Amino acid sequence: MTTMREAFGEALIELARTRDDFVVLDADVAGGTGTAVFRDAFPDRFIQCAIAEQNMMSVAAGLSTTGVVPIVTCYAVFASMRAVEQARNSIAYPEFNVKVIASHLGLDVGPDGPTHQAIEDIAIYRAIPNFRVVAPADPFELKKALPVILDTEGPVYMRTGRSPIPYVFDRDVEFELGRGKVLREGMDMTIIAVGVMVHRALEAAEILEGEGVSARVVNMSTIKPIDRELIAESASRTGALVTAEDHNVIGGLGGAVSEVVTSTVPVPVECVGIRDRFAESGDPNDLAEKYGLTAEAICAAAKRVLERKAAVSAGG
Amino acid sequence: MSGEGRSLPEKALELRGHIITMNCHAGSGHPGGSLSAVEVVTYLFNEEMNFSPGNLDDPARDRFVLSKGHACPVLYAALAQKGFFGTEEFKMLRHVGGMLQGHPDRLKTPGVEFNSGSLGQGFSFALGCALGGKRAGRGFRVYVLLGDGELNEGQVWEGMMFGAHYRLDNLVAVVDYNKYQSDDLCSNVTALEPLAEKFTAFGWHTMEIDGHSFQEIGDAFKEARTVKGRPSVIIAHTVKGKGISFMENNPVWHGSLAPQGEERVRALRECGLEDIG
Repeated sequence: MTTMREAFGEALIELARTRDDFVVLDADVAGGTGTAVFRDAFPDRFIQCAIAEQNMMSVAAGLSTTGVVPIVTCYAVFASMRAVEQARNSIAYPEFNVKVIASHLGLDVGPDGPTHQAIEDIAIYRAIPNFRVVAPADPFELKKALPVILDTEGPVYMRTGRSPIPYVFDRDVEFELGRGKVLREGMDMTIIAVGVMVHRALEAAEILEGEGVSARVVNMSTIKPIDRELIAESASRTGALVTAEDHNVIGGLGGAVSEVVTSTVPVPVECVGIRDRFAESGDPNDLAEKYGLTAEAICAAAKRVLERKAAVSAGG
Repeated sequence: MSGEGRSLPEKALELRGHIITMNCHAGSGHPGGSLSAVEVVTYLFNEEMNFSPGNLDDPARDRFVLSKGHACPVLYAALAQKGFFGTEEFKMLRHVGGMLQGHPDRLKTPGVEFNSGSLGQGFSFALGCALGGKRAGRGFRVYVLLGDGELNEGQVWEGMMFGAHYRLDNLVAVVDYNKYQSDDLCSNVTALEPLAEKFTAFGWHTMEIDGHSFQEIGDAFKEARTVKGRPSVIIAHTVKGKGISFMENNPVWHGSLAPQGEERVRALRECGLEDIG
């Protein structure tokens, strides 16, 4: 197991060896976001912006007009709240080619507690026009996603992570912006997961299979633009959906999927996530247990959604 | 409309006429803080900057960022005078389908660098341009115009530290110090003073001038070119609503309105115009 932030730092270094078109901006948290190794390897391409995230966002917009792609890095709470108005008005509205890549997401943050546990960033960034929102599921996918988002003209927000995470993919995984991926086929219902919840979704599908439920698992690593076709196809094929995210249940992946379902193939949807409250300090796995982000929580949601599906069928 | 061959005061008077004209077309806008910046903007566009419709796509050209984005009529007036677009666009200021937005939009208006309007952000954007210019070895200079009320924003002071830290001597900030912000006198809103001392303490080369004197404006920009290793800031003491007698130092004209009836006739006449055309 490694961490997404370590993978991010390594990915930056690997990419920097082959392309010189990007710079990394930091707000005095290079140790936390994983960019310290990049700073040490490529000091000339690392721009220290100090603990001043608002200035950093707008500086990035200016830098982007001078022939480089700025990658703004900081913790998601600051990227998505303290400096989000700068991300909106300095980057998104003028359509500058800036990438915002944030660590410290949801309960994966663990012991630092709620001030640093961003549980709103997906909802916030996906509501801003021109921003694309990406959250890879493991270090291999992150490494494949980074060059793709660098090659995608325009603003992109990407989540990394803080705590050790199991591998879901092998190193040959492909990443296509805007496309979800079926990781496991199933007929009875579909679990659509993002980020740290993807490996838990796979674990849940395993448990469900033992209980006679055939669950499809989808990794939805692009939350905006979301893969409408795959959601509609999953809804139509399996008739019931569970979403799973380390984020508030309001406005994140669950919201995005529900928006698609209600306008395409309306089926029952259950959302696994943080139930609209602030959590607390603790080990990320203990927090996942207490706040309902485990494979077992996904299984429970799967049973609820299957009951609703059955009720719809009976009623129909 | 290039304005070539005319004196700076003549060009400044034309900018004032443009501002009032588009203000009347829009029926709203921010005339007070546009008029106070006329001389600084006139000087920048005619004497200081290497920036024209002909070199818009040249990565080595100078940049002007209007961080006090609500004063965009003065920017639109200067861009029209330089030939970036025609004065017929003034009719559509703040109207649906027009290229002239209520605050600047770089994608809609040729010559606009940045979508300013949210105060403080244009300043940081300009710092990013200046740092990028230095990193890329491009010799361009960056000019950024801030409002006095804008200095209330914490982001400005983040940027002040950043500019000094990166020794951005290719950037000049100008504060249009007309003493009034949206609701009141600056001095009644918060403790802006001692302003020059603040900038100096933040490591900036600080100058104070009469912002309506072309001589003093020119001297300050020339001095800024000699400063090495730190950015420059010019505190330009100005009069809000300058040039329109009933608007001068009257905070009512900060905000979103346009002169009507007799006031409209008077404002246009003071700019040498009969009507808005």
